[in-house]
Amino acid sequence: MTLLKVGDLVCGYHRMEVVHGVSFTVRHAEFVCMIGANGCGKTTVLKTILGLLKPFSGSVMVDDQETTSLSERELAKRFAYIPQAHTPPFPFSVSDVVMLGRTPYVNRLSRVSSSDRQIAYGALMQLGIEQLAQRTYTHLSGGQQQLVLIARALTQQPDILVMDEPTASLDFGNQQTVLSRMRSLVKAGTSVLMVTHDPSHAFYCADRVLVMHEGRLIGDGSPGEVITGERMHTIYGTKVEIIQITTRSGKQESVCVPLP
Amino acid sequence: MTQRYTMPIAKTNCFRDFQASQNISSDRQFLADQAFKHHVPLLVKLSLLGALILIFLVSFALGRYPVNPVELVMGIFNHFLEPAFVADNLEAAKIDRVIFNIRLPRILCVMLVGAGLAVAGSAYQGMFRNPLVSPDLLGASAGASLGACLALLVGAPSWMVPAGAFTGGILAVTLAVWFGRMVRHDPTLSLVLGGILVSTLFQAGMSLVKYMADATEKLPAITFWLMGSFSSINDRDFLAVVIPFICGFVILMLQSWKLNVLSFGDEEARSLGVNTRQTRLLTISAATLLTALSVAIAGVVGWIGLVVPHLARAIVGPNYHLLLPTAILTGAGFLLIVDDLARLLTTVEIPIGILTAILGVPFFIVIFRRNMKGWG
Repeated sequence: MTLLKVGDLVCGYHRMEVVHGVSFTVRHAEFVCMIGANGCGKTTVLKTILGLLKPFSGSVMVDDQETTSLSERELAKRFAYIPQAHTPPFPFSVSDVVMLGRTPYVNRLSRVSSSDRQIAYGALMQLGIEQLAQRTYTHLSGGQQQLVLIARALTQQPDILVMDEPTASLDFGNQQTVLSRMRSLVKAGTSVLMVTHDPSHAFYCADRVLVMHEGRLIGDGSPGEVITGERMHTIYGTKVEIIQITTRSGKQESVCVPLP
Repeated sequence: MTQRYTMPIAKTNCFRDFQASQNISSDRQFLADQAFKHHVPLLVKLSLLGALILIFLVSFALGRYPVNPVELVMGIFNHFLEPAFVADNLEAAKIDRVIFNIRLPRILCVMLVGAGLAVAGSAYQGMFRNPLVSPDLLGASAGASLGACLALLVGAPSWMVPAGAFTGGILAVTLAVWFGRMVRHDPTLSLVLGGILVSTLFQAGMSLVKYMADATEKLPAITFWLMGSFSSINDRDFLAVVIPFICGFVILMLQSWKLNVLSFGDEEARSLGVNTRQTRLLTISAATLLTALSVAIAGVVGWIGLVVPHLARAIVGPNYHLLLPTAILTGAGFLLIVDDLARLLTTVEIPIGILTAILGVPFFIVIFRRNMKGWG
């Protein structure tokens, strides 16, 4: 079932057009990765989908509803944005941060109900970080912070999780932790649209890959058919080789290796 | 030929499905409540309130004309229950006047100003995502100072001075917001820039006023006013400002949740469903109301709006639901102590702006060192 449908989207900043018409869909319980070089318009597409930028033309439909007709609150119930982990200026506790996911649901007097707490706690449990609840967010490691932000996004009870290079500032181990948690979320029925730097990440977790180049989509399909040496050379300008390997447990994996 | 049935999929939501699949027990309810409760012991809350009440009572007894506790209790008792006795007895009338006509309005105004600046500062620090911001960032103090100085310069009647200050403060911030709009850049950065421009302009205006002022009479009056003082407060001042002050407190406290969200940045706040433009305007309006009123009745009292939010954060943490009430209590108490010192330290009252700065610096260093961890 199609959840998100982006149709011929043209968008950018102020008067500068960055994205020249892209169309794609995200289905229910699908992990979609978007790859492309810096400045090709990936983030612009995400921001426009989230309603942070106004599209110049084209449409973003969620559940057959134009997003431009939705208020901020309604949009926040549909999309949850997971930014790169960053440090807020004040030492909020993890429970405070996660509870902010209830923002589109609380009333004017902002009273948190016990069902709000249940939902937030459920999100922590789903990611296996409920023991962090009373810790200070700013004291956590980058990987833990990223998981807390994912928990906050789940607390929003969105239709789709939208992530902008969530693993960019994480070390090798934390990248894998975050990605494997994301993979299990998708198995449990979440839909994800994720921008990533690393084609290997797309191999690791994506059901479908969108390749962006200079404001246009030049590839849309399963990782195996879309991530080819030739395409990677087009977008990154560097020679790569796609290597199929069989792990010791007998699983087929692909990796993207840059050639010197 | 086999017929394939497709299951109709209802409107799905990743997380609700997960929720439904979990057996929600009372056990889990307990765990959830534990995980999300705020650890501010009742003792801390009570002692904050108790300390403020104590400072409040002690402040009555202190001053040029000391009133000992027995006299204080008797005075309050007489005022409400034996007005006839007070009218007849000369000594009782004197104590009554000291307590109710001089000290009470002053103490109440000091508390309002302390609380107002602290709350406005807390709100701005979150909104601008910067722990070093004070409530005069957008030019409220500069504008209020120019307004008051102009009133003093032209020799307007005395009630015009606070009125001029209030108008000037509001005007300056309105200009800053308007300048910020013209920049069309990151919204908070544009506001800061607008504030800098407006402050510069209004400070230039103030220098001009001082330059033109008569050096024997008006210049000293202007200089003294700028240093801040509560010495000429009366009960009419208090009655004029108390309701707007309370409006400012209520508006900001209703924004607590959104201020928490805004601390994470504009785009994140919007993606969480907050109308950031509206929230910013409401916060700026309420904070400016509080700051302009404070400057109008007390002159420029620096540092409170910068230091007290950190003190409050050190006690209850950064969550605005707890931070704002704590800022009200600590701001009121802190400024009350400083005002008592201003009254008592020397025979001639020291302008309070000087004392808040002198006390604020070491205080700030202590809190900042203690709290730096986790500020990144």
